[in-house]
Parts: sequence; C-alpha cells; structure tokens
Amino acid sequence: MPKLTIDGKEIEVADGLTILQACEQADVEIPRFCYHERLSIAGNCRMCLVEMERAPKPVASCAMPAGEGMVIKTNTPLVKKAREGVMEFMLINHPLDCPICDQGGECDLQDQSMAYGLDGTRYTEPKRAMAEQNFGPLIKTEMTRCISCTRCVRFTTEVAGVHELGQTGRGEDAEIVTYIGAVVSNEMSGNIIDLCPVGALTSRPYEFNARPWELRKTETIDVMDAVGSNIRVDVRGREVMRVLPINNDDVNEEWISDKTRFIWDGLKNRRLDTPYVRDSRGLLIAASWSDAFEAIAKQVKKSDAKKMAGLVGDLNGAEEIFAFKTLLNGLGVDNIDCRQDGSNIRPEWAGRAGYTFNSSINGIEDADALLIIGSNPRLEATVLNSRIVKAIKHNEMPVGLVGEAVDLAYEYQHIGNGAESLNELLKGKHSFAKILKSAKKPMIIVGQGAFIGDDAKAIFETIATLATKIGAIKKSWNGLNFLQTGASRVAALDLGCVPKDKKSNKSTILAKSKAGKLDLLFLLAADEMKLCDLDNSFVVYIGTHGDVGANSADVILPSAAYTEKYATYVNLEGRAQLGQKATFPPGDAKEDWAIFRALSAHLGAPLPFDSLEELRTLMYKTVPTLANIGGLDAADMGAFASLKVSGEISSTPLLSTITDYYHSNPIARASAIMDDCKAAKAAAIAEATGTNG
Amino acid sequence: MLADKDRIFTNLYGQHDWGLKGALKRGTWDGTADFIKKGDDWIVNQIKASGLRGRGGAGFPTGLKWSFMPKGSDGRPHYLVVNADESEPGTCKDREIMRHDPHVLIEGCLIASFAMRAHAAYIYVRGEFILERERLQTAIDQAYAAGLVGKNACGSGFDFDIYVHHGAGAYICGEETALIESLEGKKGMPRLKPPFPANVGLYGAPSTVNNVESIAVCPTILRRGASWFAGLGTPNNVGTKLFCISGHVNNPCTVEEEMGVTFRDLIETHCGGVRGGWDNLKCVIPGGSSVPMIPAEQCDDLVMDFDTLRGLGSGLGTAAVIVMDKSTDVIRAIQRLSYFYKHESCGQCTPCREGTGWMWRVMTRMVEGRAEKREIDMLFDVTKQIEGHTICALGDAAAWPIQGLIRHFRHEIEDRIDQYSANPDKHGSVLAAE
Amino acid sequence: MSARQMAKEQPESFEFNQKYAELAQARIAMYPEGKQASAIVPLLWFAQKQHNNWIPEAALRHIGDMLGMAYIRVLEVVTFYTMFNLSPVGKHFVQFCGTTPCWLNGADKIKQACKDVIGDENTITADGEFSWLEVECLGACVNAPMVQINDDYYEDLDEDNFKQLLTDLKSGKPTKIGTQIDRVNAAPCGGNTSLTEDSLFDGSMVGGYKAVLKQIEKAEADAAKAAALEAAKQAKEAEKAEKAKSEKPKKTTAKKTTSKKASSKKAKKEDK
Repeated sequence: MPKLTIDGKEIEVADGLTILQACEQADVEIPRFCYHERLSIAGNCRMCLVEMERAPKPVASCAMPAGEGMVIKTNTPLVKKAREGVMEFMLINHPLDCPICDQGGECDLQDQSMAYGLDGTRYTEPKRAMAEQNFGPLIKTEMTRCISCTRCVRFTTEVAGVHELGQTGRGEDAEIVTYIGAVVSNEMSGNIIDLCPVGALTSRPYEFNARPWELRKTETIDVMDAVGSNIRVDVRGREVMRVLPINNDDVNEEWISDKTRFIWDGLKNRRLDTPYVRDSRGLLIAASWSDAFEAIAKQVKKSDAKKMAGLVGDLNGAEEIFAFKTLLNGLGVDNIDCRQDGSNIRPEWAGRAGYTFNSSINGIEDADALLIIGSNPRLEATVLNSRIVKAIKHNEMPVGLVGEAVDLAYEYQHIGNGAESLNELLKGKHSFAKILKSAKKPMIIVGQGAFIGDDAKAIFETIATLATKIGAIKKSWNGLNFLQTGASRVAALDLGCVPKDKKSNKSTILAKSKAGKLDLLFLLAADEMKLCDLDNSFVVYIGTHGDVGANSADVILPSAAYTEKYATYVNLEGRAQLGQKATFPPGDAKEDWAIFRALSAHLGAPLPFDSLEELRTLMYKTVPTLANIGGLDAADMGAFASLKVSGEISSTPLLSTITDYYHSNPIARASAIMDDCKAAKAAAIAEATGTNG
Repeated sequence: MLADKDRIFTNLYGQHDWGLKGALKRGTWDGTADFIKKGDDWIVNQIKASGLRGRGGAGFPTGLKWSFMPKGSDGRPHYLVVNADESEPGTCKDREIMRHDPHVLIEGCLIASFAMRAHAAYIYVRGEFILERERLQTAIDQAYAAGLVGKNACGSGFDFDIYVHHGAGAYICGEETALIESLEGKKGMPRLKPPFPANVGLYGAPSTVNNVESIAVCPTILRRGASWFAGLGTPNNVGTKLFCISGHVNNPCTVEEEMGVTFRDLIETHCGGVRGGWDNLKCVIPGGSSVPMIPAEQCDDLVMDFDTLRGLGSGLGTAAVIVMDKSTDVIRAIQRLSYFYKHESCGQCTPCREGTGWMWRVMTRMVEGRAEKREIDMLFDVTKQIEGHTICALGDAAAWPIQGLIRHFRHEIEDRIDQYSANPDKHGSVLAAE
Repeated sequence: MSARQMAKEQPESFEFNQKYAELAQARIAMYPEGKQASAIVPLLWFAQKQHNNWIPEAALRHIGDMLGMAYIRVLEVVTFYTMFNLSPVGKHFVQFCGTTPCWLNGADKIKQACKDVIGDENTITADGEFSWLEVECLGACVNAPMVQINDDYYEDLDEDNFKQLLTDLKSGKPTKIGTQIDRVNAAPCGGNTSLTEDSLFDGSMVGGYKAVLKQIEKAEADAAKAAALEAAKQAKEAEKAEKAKSEKPKKTTAKKTTSKKASSKKAKKEDK
C-alpha cells in the first residue's frame, strides 16, 4: 500500500496501481488517449505526462507504477507545457474536419484540445493523408484521423482474441491495417469504434445519421443472447439510432457483441404494427384488437385444453412470460415449452443450478482449467467468450472441448466430438482429465447442444458426476456452468415453462401441430421452426416481427420489442436485470403483458393484475429470486452429488445450437446490417480457406 | 597518447589472422578459465574497479549494470544480449571488432555471461553487416570446436552457448528494449521502463544488453588488471576507446586511443589533420549524429571524454567524430540527420512520430532559406517539445543536433533566409502559391 | 521515400527450397522452445535471398505458418524493417548511403552517378541489372562514401571508381569488395599510425596475465589481512567501551580496506 503525494495531497493506494490510477483516486484528472483500463498499457500517446520529483523528465503516468513516497505534480507549468506539446503534435497531422466527422461531439481529441490545444497552428507543412482501409461492413475508416494509439490493435488481440489488426510500417508512415485483403470479421469488432478516441474508426451503418446531442439515451438490457449485456439505446424521435455498451463489471465489462450493437435496423424492418386475423380465404387481414381477441376466444371455446400448447420465444421479459403462462395455465394448458433450441434439459433435474451459469461470469477469471461441452461460446455468448480469452491470457488457463471442433479464438485441446468422450474423462483415461483433476478451480461450461438428444438426462448425469469428481463443485467453488443462449430462457425456466409431460418438448409439440393434432398453439414470439410445422393447427402469434411464426399464424397480436417496454431479463447467470423503455412500439402494437391482461378479460377469466407493478408483486411471490435486481443468488449445488448415471450415452456429435449466428432471432433476421455481416463473414472464411477460387 | 602495448584491439585493421590461431597468438583466450575460477562476484568487482563505462553511447558504468542482475535464481534463465546493431551515423567501430577481432568479443561474452550467471548470449548484429556476422559465426564455430564455448566452456565447468542474431534495417533496434523486442520476433519498438531488462528482459527473463566494445574490452581488463585500465584516461573517464573519425579530415580512420585524448591530437596524429589545415575547421560532431555539434572555437583544447563533452552541452556518445571544415553547409548537414531520424522513428509515441517529420520539413526549407526568421525559434521550441517526452532516447537524439545547430550557427540560418528573400525570383515564384 | 508498397504482381505460392528450409530449421532451433517467433527476421531474410532479393506476399503466409504466427504480425514485422524488399529490385541492388558522414565526403556525386547510370530511384533498368535506393547510414563512415550492392560493401568511392564498379558488375567481371582505393580497411590512408609494434603479434603477450593475477591476489590477501586485524582491533576497543554502536566498526573497516587496495579506489568512487 504505497503512500504518495499528488498535487500536495497525500494518498494511500492499493499495490500495483499506476500513477494515473492513483491520480484518479485522488480526483485528479489525467488526459489520455492510448490508455484504457481494460487493455494492456501502451504508453505511446504521451498525453498523460506528469511531473515526478527526482525524475529528470516528465513521466508517463499510465505506465509508471505508484511507489512509496513519490511526489507527483500534475498542475505545474512543466506538465501543462508537455501536454500542450503532445497535443500540438497530435493535431498537426490530424484533419480539421470535425464538422463532417461522426465522432464530433463525443471525441476525446476534440474535448482534450479544448484544454490543451492552441488556438492557432504553427504547422505550415503539408498534412499527412492516409489511405482508407476496408474493415468490413461495420467499421468505417478515415485513417487520416488516426493518432496511432493502437487501442484497436490491442482490443482485437487481447479481448476479442484474434489477430486481425496490426500497425504496419514505422515512423510517420505507420498505419493500422488488416492483413492484405482481409476484413475485420470477429464478433466483437464494433467495440473498436467506441475505443477509437478520434474519428478514425466510426460506425458504418450509423454514418452521418445523427449527432450525439440529438439523441435521447436510455440504459437497458440486451436480448441478443443470454449474457444480459448492459446497453444504452440512443433514440431520436421514436427511432432507435444506435446501441452502445454500458459498463457492468459483473456482466459485459464494457463490451458488447456486434449483434447487440448493430441490430437496430432490425427493430424498424418487418414490424407487426396492427393485429391480424386470417380470413376464410386464408389471407391475413388487419383487424382491431377486439376482433383479434374474439377470433381467439372462438377457437379457445372449440379447443380441448389437452390439445392446446404454448411456445415461449427467446427475446421475452419475465413479466410477459409470467402473464403468458398464467393465462394458459388458467385455460388448463400445461404443455408450455420455452426450450426453443430443442434442449431437453429439465429444471427438476438439479434445480436452478442445473440450468444457470453457476460460477458467474466473473468466476471465469478465477478458473484454472476449462472444459467446454457441446457449446461454441464464441457464438452463443460472445462477450462471455472474451472473458475466457482474458482468463487464458492472464492465467494461461488450459481449455478442452467436447463437441464439434470450432474456431473459438483461442487454442484448445479437442477431446472428442460426441458425449461418449466424457466417459474417457470420467475414467481418467484422457490426458485432459489430469489437467482437470489437478486444477484448483476447474470449470465446465455446458452448452444446450449437449442436451438435444434422447440421452440428455444421461449426459447431464455424466457431467454432474464428472464435475463432482474433478472438484468443480465444492464448498468454495461452483464451477459447473450451463450456458443458455436465449435471453428469456432462464426466467422462463424459473417460471416453470416446460411441459408437465416429461416426454413432451418443442419437437413433439411441433410434430403434433404438423399432424393436425393440436387445436390451438400459442407462440410467444417463438419463431425457431419451419413454416410447414404450423400449417395444420390454429396458431396465435404474439410478437414483433413478420417472421416464421407470424407468417403461419391465424391471429397475430403485435407486441413491443425489447427497446419498447419495461421488462425483467434474467441472464444466463440467473441475474435479473431491468430493461427500460427507450421508445414506443410501432402503430397499434402493445406491451406484451397488457395484451395478455386484455385477452384474459376477453376470455372471461381476467388475470389477477391490472398494472405492471401488481404483476411483478405476484411474480416475485412465485419466484422470489426475480426480485433481486442486478444481484445474483448463489444456486444450490446440492442436487448434483446425488445424481447417478442412469442411461447410455450415444456417440452423436454435439453441435452448437447457434448455427446461423447473424440470423439467430427474428429481429436479427430483419436486419440488413446482419445480412451484410453474414456475407462478410462468409467471404472472409472463403478467403481464409481458399474456397473463393 | 596511447602506446601500442596498451591497445586492446590489436587487429583493428585486419592486417593479421582474425581466426582462432591468430587470436590466440595475440593473447586472446589467455587465462579465461582462471578468471572464471575466481567467481562471478570477483569478475563484476574487477570490472567495477576498472571504471569501465558503457561504450554504446550513454556511458553507464558497466560493472554496476552487471550487478543489477538478480543474485538468486527464480527459475528463469539469465541472458546476455550484445548490442551489435551499430547504426548511429558516424559510428563504425563494432564492425571492426566483429570482422577483425571476433574472438575478443566471444571471449568477452563468455566472461560477461559467467559474471551474470547467464548460460546463453545473443549477439544482435545489424542486418546490413552480412560479412561481419558471417565471420563472427565462423569464429564462434571455431570457439565451439576448440571447446572454448559450449559445454564446459574453456574447461571451466561452465556451460555457455552463444548465438548470432541479426536485424534487417532499423536504427531503433540499437535501443536496448527495442533490440529485445526485435530479438523476440516483433517490431523493434522500445518498451516502457520500468520494468528494466535486468528484471524483465529477453523472453521475460533477466537480461543485460551491452555494447560490443564494452564486452570486448573485458577480457583484457582482467588480463592486465583493473588498475591498468583505470590508470588510463582522465578521472571518471578511464581506459581506451575506439574513435571513428569521418568527414573532413585528410585520412579518416578508426583508431583506439586513450580516453581524454584531445581532439587535436587525435586527428593530427591519426588522421593527417583537418582538410585544409586546422584553421579550416568549422565544427565537429564528437560522438555520433545524436550529440550536438561543437564549433571550432571550442575545439582548440577539446578533451574527448564523457564529462568534458557533456559540460559543453554535447557528449562523447559512441566516439564517432564527424569533422566538418569551413566549406560545409552545416544546415544541410543537420537537415540530412533530421531526415535520418524521421526515417528511423519507430512511430510508437506521438512526439517522435509527428515531431521528427515536422523538424525535417522545416529544416529542408531552411536549407534553401525558404523560411521566416521567427521559425528558427519555433523550430527550437519544437525540439524542446520532443526532448524528454518520448518513450526512448530517439526523440532526444533527433532534437539535439538541431539544437546544436541553432545554438552555434543561427547566423547562418538567418543569412540563408535573407539571401532567399533577397532573390525570390531565383527560386521560382512564391507568389503563385499564395 | 514513400511507404514501401507490396508488389502488384505476386507469385501464387512460396515455399522454402531445401537449402533454405534446412537453414530455417537450424535457425528456429537457436531459440528457446516456444520462442520460435524470434526467427522471423532471419527467415524473412532467407525468403528474400531465395526469391531474387524481394519477399512475395505468399512468403509471409508461409513463414507465419512455420512459426505459428498470425499473418498480420508477420506483415507488421516485414514492413517495419527497411531491408526487406516488398517488390522486385535489380539483379545488382545498389543501396547508396546518403547520411551526413557519407554526404560530407561526396555522396551526392555517387547519387548523381546512380541517376546517370541506372536512372530514377527504385526503378529497375530495362535489362534488369540494376536498381538503386538511398538508404540511411550503413556504418562504414570512415570509408565514406560507400554503397552496399546486394550483400557487399564498396567503400571509399568516387565518381570514377563507382562508375567503373557498375560497369564491372554488369559485365560480370570480378570486383574488389571493400575499399576501392589504396588503403587497408579502416586504417588511415598512407599507413598505420598505430599497431605497429611487433610484440603485439609475436605471441609474447600470452601468459602475461599470470603475473597480474598474482599481484591482484596478493593485494586482496593483504587487504583481507589488514581488514581482519583492524576488525579485531575495533572489536577490542568496542569491548572496552562496552557501549559502542554496532555499525561503527564495520564502517571503519570498509574505509581502511579501500585505502589499502589501490585498484578498488576507483570502483568505490563509481559506486557513488
């Protein structure tokens, strides 16, 4: 705990801090460009120079460890002169194009030049111009503006875990590039737009769309995966203009995936803005809410509760799932499934611990060995994957994979394709078994891809046994993690949205529907199926987009997307977080819970709440953990110990449940930007494998 | 002046056999094992006692540098890295050691490595020195074959491997941490210090980077005794030194002389004097391109050692003496150096990346006189804005020559500007551009 | 000089031939396990040697694969070091040093000769024989002006001998590497001013260290003895005084030792 003096104030700071961090603790602001808390220290911009007693020249505070007895001065003429000098050097070759630069208004260089810039220029030589780079569909480059801070290079290497960007050449000719002909195609690439302190890297889809001061900013939760990334939705009028990350050290740090960031055009396309009812000719006709409700009521009357079912989609908040389930249960329906990815996991196997990410996301950084089973975390939980990258970087954590061999952005030992190789680990036959056994905090991440087959239970039990054996479950360490991909999944499982009949699941429900054995199927924004699955039953679709579900629905009830409502989202850790309303749903669309409340009244059995608050009170009574907003209740791991392997495991390869990353949900499928990303990725793969001819 | 018997590099000009046989005859590899038997501390103390200061330019005491290496072992190996990336304009001394007396260097590597408990040494030779590194490699092969290095080197019981690595054209790799980066297979960009190489150096292990000459003089220091070395030269600036005298002297050459030799003795004894006579001297850059120049007025009794030259606002640097006579366009001479630094800036940190180009462009205009007089002060200010604000010393090195120029030859720059503005037509129309 | 650009026309593939593949493997073995990236500069150099003195893009990938390095990292390295040619050069690639020490001694004339005989900078002659490039200090300043042609240094040039050199190279005549005038390497013209004594070269230097070492050992032994004596004396005094500070005798001992040992006097000074 070194004690040092900063601008005459004595302060004691934790070991291992830099002078810059110590200054922050002392409420002394230090300007910086290259320094970033979550990246390695480059020390190249020289903006953070401070005066240190007994040092012959100013020191870069970002790189100098705080030491006992140091005397730091940040407000002397020497420091001011040094920073002004650095600022001048930065500006001599930086274009004066702020009026046409998208970074304008939120530019570090612009802001800091207010404090350290001269009002004129002494530089009369020709300015340097740099060629534009093709970084792909998401990132627009204006390399003349680059100040060579290398944040983008460090981010892609250290956080995204891929070597896509580099700085070539040297001296004033140094430039940031991709490898010849390559584009930036990692799933975290958009973060370099935020990281770029100047306008060299800006958002291509957002190009010239808005100025930061025109935007209304709402902090909410993302639903593109189950990580629950904290985001800020920027709106102008009623239109979502962009999505940015918000820092949450426990969840997404300050990163978001490209899908989270660039999904916003999907919120405008193919939206359902009025109810529809299919007429006698088989055409969907716009209808009033009451006509739509009437059509449903008619069908309900005709239907046998045993022949009704409901499917819950991936993007819904806990409130509407609760309302949906309460409504259907009230009709006597108990065949409700939320496992849209086809997983056969059941909550009663091991309680909440049996379907959540028990170690928490932060826990990844403590792990010293990792076994991934049936999952591709890079696509299923992109931001979480970068935590794995981080753990590997800091602890040299070894990784093993059971399942399809995919590109995870880090090296791993491929143990086998099928779940039967778990038995090898269990018997200690495989070399990776030793690594797991000797690890102090071994971690297992199981994707839903492991539970697709009939042997799901046997696999679950095998994993539980393995976890117990290697010490992944013990008093001080819960290292057995289940990775969910749907933002609504954990809440839906908490609320019990699995069919009462253990043999029923999404595929049996759809098979019944296809065979005409269902009278009525409710789809709560559930679209992960084929059109023909829905042809032979009466389908009520409650959702936002004209996707598969709506296309074959008999009644469509338009609802609000995640940016348009207040809702609780429970992330894969089991952490409940509140989503806020950033804008309004389009046209006549309504918030989902209100739709169910109104429908219930029409069906003659009103739901027992009249407001969102009443709904929540009731919901919290049912599942108390949902009331712990932002927090995390440790799940009870007790059930795992008593599980015995009760069946055979097949050798079917375990595949990730995310097959079409950029099109994995109805909003993404409506996004033109996601189409571009998908095409760019395909081209990048073709380039890398030489299949482009 | 130095007597022949006190010279360390006896085959400096390659007039004798550079191979092992010749080297042995000249006394190289003589008693190496006996010195190793005295122990690592003894060697470090001898080098400390000799007063040897690093020959790469900064003049840091070599023995002290060696003593920074960790005493105990935490499992990491130690490395000696020899800086043979000789690229400072004016400097060509290490080249002579490598191609004409390679065994002196190899023996020095063994002794220095032993003293720092390093079992491996890498010699980083600049990429352009192809013949030099091939010859050095041949000499190393000879030493391996003779059991002088390798397992049980010289029969001392100490295992020692020595490798020749090379660069590919980057002056910045002469900076010790850039050299380490380059040796690790990266761009030669200097690292932030701390941590210093003695704690975290090559491959994250404790390492010491020494100049070729610093290492090569060590065996002879041990053979002749620290007091012999300390007895040469002036106080705090002891021993012998290789001087490379280039530019406007009658016979440019590299020569080993005593530290503290006067500039006049040096060039009149070995170089046949200044071209056109002593009075034709205009100025001298006494220590390689990075140090500020010294005008002729200060050269009469100029003593060539670290402390005297620093006192004059210059430096001994690598003892590369660049002599300029009265015919020299000093502005052009310094402008070309500015281009050099702009070309060699690694581009990592802002002041150097942006500043070297700026300075070179202004200097280029000043060569023609196409500038304003107020820009002289501005240029000086820019050099001050770079100096001391960069990660490594290249920024300083780029700034100092210009500071020296402005300090001593401001009138010439002003005259040039006057000439230009007096005859604007001669230089093409300026008006058209305005 | 602008940033060095990759050649537009590139060969499809590149692979080390047997000679260079073996050299590359030997090179990789020079570095500790897992540190094979260290070999990148030498390997790029081999690629350049094999491939007519320039490095094609395919070689970057080949070397990246060999060393387990990402291609972008290879690209960074190859563009950082200026000796790597990224596009074709002449059969005789003249790298002319234009830095101040060479310039002072007439490098401009060599540059003009390059322009006259070869043509524009960075342009290959029609017959493919030559191209030239101005480079920074090549470290042969006492033999200025000079050029490097492929691997070899040609020093002490003037307009005439340089043009002759180019003519000889073109016609395939053997050339003299190094200085082009009557001079021995870096020695002064007209003969040595030092290193003339025969005793340096006749073997009489060998063995001389033994006497020196004996002297040093004797001095050390004397110093140790004196130190021990002094320590004993101090200890006695301390006993007498009973209340002496524990640091004092140590300090005095150290001082005495130094004064006895002439050779270490300076070292102490240095330390301070």
